[in-house]
Amino acid sequence: MSHTLEATNAPGAARPGKPKQHRKRPTVARRRNLIGWSFVAPFGVVFVALLILPLAYAFWLSLQTETLAQGNTFTWFDNYVRAFSDPLFLEGARFVVLFSIVVIPVQMLVSLIAALIIDSLTTRLARISRVLIFIPYAVPVVIGALMWGFLYSPSFGPGAEIFGLFGLVAPNLLSPDGIFFGLINIVSWQWAGYYMIIIYSALQGIDPALYEAAKLDGASKLQIALRIKVPMVASSLVLILVFALIHTLQFFTEPHILKSIASGAIDASFTPNIYAYNLAFSYTQFNYASAISFALGIIVFIGSYIFLVSTRKRSGL
Amino acid sequence: MATTLVPSTPKAGRAAAASGPRREVGERRPLFRSIVLIGMCFYFLVPLWWLIVASTKTVNGLFNGSAGSLWFDKNIDLFGNLAQLFNQSGGIYLQWLGNSFLYALTGGVGATVLAVLAGYGFAKYAFRGRNVSFALLLGSVMVPVTALVLPTFVLFSAIGLNNTIWAVILPSLLSPFGVYLMRVYAQDAVPDELIEAARIDGAGDAKIFFSIALPLLRPAIATVLLLSIVATWNNYFLPLAVLSDPKLFPVTVGLGQWLQLSAAAGGGQQLWNLIVIGALVSVIPLILAFVFLQRYWQGGLSLGSLK
Repeated sequence: MSHTLEATNAPGAARPGKPKQHRKRPTVARRRNLIGWSFVAPFGVVFVALLILPLAYAFWLSLQTETLAQGNTFTWFDNYVRAFSDPLFLEGARFVVLFSIVVIPVQMLVSLIAALIIDSLTTRLARISRVLIFIPYAVPVVIGALMWGFLYSPSFGPGAEIFGLFGLVAPNLLSPDGIFFGLINIVSWQWAGYYMIIIYSALQGIDPALYEAAKLDGASKLQIALRIKVPMVASSLVLILVFALIHTLQFFTEPHILKSIASGAIDASFTPNIYAYNLAFSYTQFNYASAISFALGIIVFIGSYIFLVSTRKRSGL
Repeated sequence: MATTLVPSTPKAGRAAAASGPRREVGERRPLFRSIVLIGMCFYFLVPLWWLIVASTKTVNGLFNGSAGSLWFDKNIDLFGNLAQLFNQSGGIYLQWLGNSFLYALTGGVGATVLAVLAGYGFAKYAFRGRNVSFALLLGSVMVPVTALVLPTFVLFSAIGLNNTIWAVILPSLLSPFGVYLMRVYAQDAVPDELIEAARIDGAGDAKIFFSIALPLLRPAIATVLLLSIVATWNNYFLPLAVLSDPKLFPVTVGLGQWLQLSAAAGGGQQLWNLIVIGALVSVIPLILAFVFLQRYWQGGLSLGSLK
């Protein structure tokens, strides 16, 4: 960590001619300190003003409750107690956890398969599909949700025609029963390409001599993929897992967009974030909304931090 | 595939691999993989294909088209739709597009400048408190952006910043992940020996940064710029929360509002064709940017995981 610039001071410290060095060193060190800080300071200001300050203010608000008689009064952790016994909040939290458990493996599997295939082929098809599969990342989440919403829609979409060919009735992915799968598809479509690129770049970094050695030992292509390539990119898989988790627990945009066309399937407390948004903007309960927003952020933060620390060696973060 | 011909010498092994039967197996498998790949491309492109087809249809064509939803109608009305899009509500769509560009460019460039400075400072200066502040920064990578939206909103309403462009631009300047990427990259890309040599030659810290470090950091700068521009361009929750004047909306929020209007029962306006053409127009700039700037992002996006 600290081998960068101390190294220049070290010889001076080791030398016996002390008095002069002693007087000079602090000023050099202080100058470096100052310059180091001035590089970091602009970001530091933004960090404090737009991360620490809003969080602190929201926390302060979340400790109060607005009453008609007295305005805001300090009620300490009442809002948090209320949140964790609020069936609407708990139901939304249950949904995002369940959703993460299903969608993250799906996304990782799709992106891993795509990356392994593209890595193993050197054809033009592989080069083109690398870009094509990535393109959904360049499409705003709002538009992604919108397009799939249209495709799902019984009155716009091709579902009825395609399933009709086989004499089947198309599942309605905008219905209360179907929306879970509808959302899984949207989220996987949007992010798999981005994750594919991350895994693909990691695959490209592996020394091909390893494959040669394995081939000489009689390993098949599949064995090479599963026993060498996958373990070698484990660190990117961990990183993807963490990002996907942070992303999915905060689920907001896709259901918020689909809400207007999936009438009845998505309610005002569908996910914790949607609940907090509606509490704040439809019911103007800012204190309670702050508590939910804050609680959610803290849970995600602690969860992913523990996860990263426990897999520290692999993730490299 | 499990024919384990353990070769005595590498040469013999290679010869065996290239001989008849094995080779045939090797040829067939790329075909299978290519088919899987084509299937994947098809899946990832279907919604965009639909978007292109649908943008040529009238409202009526969208509902009762002659050729189904994945093929063009008899009646192609792309230019009619475009004209209607740019004239709707006094050309508000162009305003939204302009806002998106403004927010994405100022937010993206600002975030990148801050990230380059801070990342370089963290990587190359052992200032007091560096480790503590970097740990704090790493922790904040884990704070989801959307968790900050409501807190930012309540803070901004306390100081009267809501419903101004700053309410969108200022939060976009915050990119802890960008700083992290930049530090990881700068650590190796800018050798300490080079800095020391320049220092001995009498170069000041500012000169070293601008004429030595910056050129070396170019790939990472491109990546962070791209990531933060995309993040701001795609942002929905933040502008939705802090803006109420439709003239300040970015495209994402504007289209979301049209969708709500159209879906509202009864008295709703039927803007379906405008939503479709509006969505198409708004995704074109970024897709083009990604296709043409391939060599800048392909290596860069993986910076965070390669270490």
